[in-house]
Amino acid sequence: MLDQQPGPDGDEVAEDTASPPTGRDRIRAALTARPSRGQAVVGVLLATVGFAAMTQVQSNERDDTYSSLRQSDLIRVLDGLAGTSQRAEDEINRLRQTRDDLRTSTSSRRAALEQARQESSTLSILAGTVPTVGPGVRITITDDRGEIQDDTLLDVIQELRAAGAEAMEFNDRVRVIAQTSVEDTGAGIAIDGEVLDAPYVIDVIGEPTTLAGSLDFATGPVDRVRDEGGTVSFAEPDEVRIDSVVEGDPPTYAQPR
Amino acid sequence: MIAVLGLLAGIVLGLIFKPDVPLGFEPYLPIAVVAALDAVFGALRAFLDGIFDDKVFVVSFFSNVVIAASIVFLGDKLGVGAQLSTGVIVVLGIRIFTNVAMIRRHIFHA
Repeated sequence: MLDQQPGPDGDEVAEDTASPPTGRDRIRAALTARPSRGQAVVGVLLATVGFAAMTQVQSNERDDTYSSLRQSDLIRVLDGLAGTSQRAEDEINRLRQTRDDLRTSTSSRRAALEQARQESSTLSILAGTVPTVGPGVRITITDDRGEIQDDTLLDVIQELRAAGAEAMEFNDRVRVIAQTSVEDTGAGIAIDGEVLDAPYVIDVIGEPTTLAGSLDFATGPVDRVRDEGGTVSFAEPDEVRIDSVVEGDPPTYAQPR
Repeated sequence: MIAVLGLLAGIVLGLIFKPDVPLGFEPYLPIAVVAALDAVFGALRAFLDGIFDDKVFVVSFFSNVVIAASIVFLGDKLGVGAQLSTGVIVVLGIRIFTNVAMIRRHIFHA
């Protein structure tokens, strides 16, 4: 059929020749032809098709998603939904489990942290690395004749410790801790290597009555101080402040095990 | 000319009246429409081939619609309505494609 066409613009020319009519010719002829029975029938049927098609299109657009489905389709949809909701529930349970786990681990971590913090504050008071405040007594030992011995001061420290002293300080300068040494140098009594002058003022934190009573008994520290020509006096301030600290050098040899 | 006018008139009437599809016909109307479209394209192809006959068109139109609807009805009774209507749509779709391809060659020579 292509061969019969002289060119893209040659349709009119081709129509006039003796070649059989092409599809285009027939359409053109039908569109311009006079009404006939065949045309009327085709028109009626096409109107039917158009009417039915539009009806279907509109009912399709008006319908919900599900109302036009068959029963088996609905069952399939329902199955799918049930499966989906089952999966969603599993997911919820899994996430809830995870959340509970996280909550538990958070609270246990918080408890551990709290415990560690308490332990840290306890240990830093014991080690004398923080300033401390609390109830206690202030003991003043005078040394009128210069005869107080280092033994006597050590005895005082021991008795206070035995009475439950939690923190001790000499002359607002030297913190007494586990490693504190008391020795007699030529220039005077040195505590932790620091030479102190009389009177010796000891700030002690602990139960005040117990601390005061711990020194005063037969052949106790108070007696010894008196024998060596000094006096012991107790004061009980509202609160005892201990401001001196020791540098917390990490131990070189001792390791925790 | 009348045919084109008829198609337009049908579409306009459908748009204006917005008729409700009877519940019993609901599954069959789309199939029937596709079958009718197949008949229409077949007729157009025959027309372009120069062998169009309005009697053949009328008969093929109604037989197409009735057979397609019956197949779906039978499928629904047998419990395979969904699959069978899919099958009918596929077959009619293939026929429509073939006819439209022929029509295209007639009109565009390609």
